[in-house]
Amino acid sequence: MSAQIIYTVSIYTENNIGLLNRISAIFQRRHINIESINSSVSEIENVTKWIMVVKLSEEQMKKIIGQIEKQVEVIKAYYHTEEETIYQESCMFKIKSNLLFDERHIQNIIKESNSRIVTVNKDFFVIEKSGRKEEIDLLYRELNVFGIMQFTRSGRIAVTKDEMKISTMLAALQH
Amino acid sequence: MEAETIKQTHKSSQKAEHISGSEAVIKCLLAEGVGILYGYPGGAIMPVYDELYKYQDKIHHVLTRHEQGATHAAQGYARISGKVGVAIATSGPGATNLITGIADAQIDSTPMVCITGQVGSHLLGTDAFQETDIIGISTPVTKWNHQITKASEIPEVLAKAFYIAKTGRPGPVLVDITKDAQFELFDFKYEKCTRIRSYVPVPKTDKKALKEAAKLINNAKKPLIVWGQGVILSKAEAEFKAVIEKAGIPSAWTILGASALPTSHYLNIGMVGMHGNYAPNVLTNDCDVLIAIGMRFDDRVTGDLSRYAKQAKVVHFEIDPAEVDKNVKTDVAVLGDAKASLKSLLPLLNKNSHKDWHQKFKDLYNIEYEKVIKNDLHPTKEGLTMGEVLKEINTQTKGEAAIVSDVGQHQMIACRYANFNKTKSNITSGGLGTMGFALPAAIGAKMAAPEREVVAIIGDGGYQMTIQELGTIFQQKVPVKIVILNNEFLGMVRQWQQLFFDKRYASTEMTNPDFVAIAKGYFIEAKKVTTRKDLKAAVKEMIATDGPYFLEVRVEKEDNVFPMIPTGASVSDIRLE
Repeated sequence: MSAQIIYTVSIYTENNIGLLNRISAIFQRRHINIESINSSVSEIENVTKWIMVVKLSEEQMKKIIGQIEKQVEVIKAYYHTEEETIYQESCMFKIKSNLLFDERHIQNIIKESNSRIVTVNKDFFVIEKSGRKEEIDLLYRELNVFGIMQFTRSGRIAVTKDEMKISTMLAALQH
Repeated sequence: MEAETIKQTHKSSQKAEHISGSEAVIKCLLAEGVGILYGYPGGAIMPVYDELYKYQDKIHHVLTRHEQGATHAAQGYARISGKVGVAIATSGPGATNLITGIADAQIDSTPMVCITGQVGSHLLGTDAFQETDIIGISTPVTKWNHQITKASEIPEVLAKAFYIAKTGRPGPVLVDITKDAQFELFDFKYEKCTRIRSYVPVPKTDKKALKEAAKLINNAKKPLIVWGQGVILSKAEAEFKAVIEKAGIPSAWTILGASALPTSHYLNIGMVGMHGNYAPNVLTNDCDVLIAIGMRFDDRVTGDLSRYAKQAKVVHFEIDPAEVDKNVKTDVAVLGDAKASLKSLLPLLNKNSHKDWHQKFKDLYNIEYEKVIKNDLHPTKEGLTMGEVLKEINTQTKGEAAIVSDVGQHQMIACRYANFNKTKSNITSGGLGTMGFALPAAIGAKMAAPEREVVAIIGDGGYQMTIQELGTIFQQKVPVKIVILNNEFLGMVRQWQQLFFDKRYASTEMTNPDFVAIAKGYFIEAKKVTTRKDLKAAVKEMIATDGPYFLEVRVEKEDNVFPMIPTGASVSDIRLE
């Protein structure tokens, strides 16, 4: 078995209710865990773009891309290594307000990590950060020392360094 | 854009186009050329059945005795005709009963449209009576599925359903329609679907790949072709024959590829795979170029992949890009429709005959004949063999019959020994291995091709999984011929228990009922044969009978099917005994 690599998968699809089920079943059947998944509008009108993060061998990845593209409502699917994409994820922390004043170091952490305070009230404050997984992991470790009331992070979003020829391809398909 | 409204195709329906969803379903079916469909009524599909009643002079609904039977009948219909089979059922258990047939059609690339009723849209997700999430359940086994909650969606979705089911690599599609959408009135207009922007049914054929393929084939000293159902699905039989005859290449078939080339053709060297012929299996590991056409290297074909044709360059003609390099790494992949690809390939090929190479197949065939075939077809022992029954059917039908087989030992024997003169003559459950397939599939096949002799060959186990479809045969007067090869065992499992589980026959022996009495209970002519001397006359009587006929043949209880590639073994380690 060849080495397991983290891949970012971009899938351009029609906006269809059942498609998530259909795509996730392709991974489930092969016992592959989806690390994260994000669905949004794309740069093309009426085309949905999904970004998934999975860990598997390149051989498996190629076969799965084939199975994904085979689905009627999938327009195109790509896979990329970490080096080929610019990627970010986002997270939020809810923390007790008194800590902001009692533990002055928290303010430094917020500044140094380029986080942003979203809201403050007398009970809690919320900070938000976007960045790479490692940066968010670090911030989590730093804040966890003081106690976190709630934490959540988003799935990865990514764009590729190289051009994706999907728009030209779609334009050609329209005729 | 080819667009036609119902008004143009069916002048009689010029009354107001303001119709109910359920009437629209029928009009869509008529516009798609559906004359026959198989199904079972129930609460959530009743409005559509009401329209089927009104349209019964235009569209024939066949009431099967179980929804699974409806799917297999639709499959049989599709497999023999090349057209889309249609099955219809109600919500809940009606819908879930379709699943086995849908999964079978998915893995065997059979074009089928299933329509299910669903509870009213206001009840969706409430665990209503007979509500089941059939879209969720059917997703992994359909090529496409869709739930309709508004009548206005019906024409577009059904048009898409038929287009998707039959184009590219065919497959099953399920359309679920809520009951309120069936009742709802709307302005109906039908346009056939000819394109879906996200769907590429046939990938472009790369001319360069075609040239490389031709070069490999022309330079080959020991080429071997393995063809599959793709040749039949793309109606490429003539192009295929022209290619192999020009290049003189010995050609073997997968179970679903059978009958694309007549059995008697001099280049037809038999079946590959677990119970296939000796020569093509052994020589897979001797050929220098392996040419796969419209097949997907199923594990039953390849055995151990790490010892499969490793010495050979592999050329793969394939319509589904996801199949390329899935199991066997190819050197040249020619994507596209087999008919078009083979047509373009023909002028690039050199004439050849590969005489010495052919001799190798003949030599190995002789070994198989002495060790296996002779005993199967000309047995000297007392008990009847399945093979001699097939031989008799071949003789009496002159190889013109369509053979519909179930799953198990009799299926392997039927595929090995049936003579196929015509294409689309081997209707069997290949990929899924669905016991109970044959009886209902034979019904669909016979109704789609009434001019053809349709002989169902079934084991005593599988027969009892869908035996209730005798009721359909009786009610519809379907003149199918049913042959039960009764060994009072689940024979294939018993064979494995004998070979790999030290003869511990766990739950494989069957105490069977009086099958003849059961058939007669449905007023089907029936006979039982237990000795060799009665076989010929019984088969003759069966073939001569105009209506349906049931023939039970008591065969040797513990015969095994050989050759055999044990699981995990290489194709060239095939066992003859």
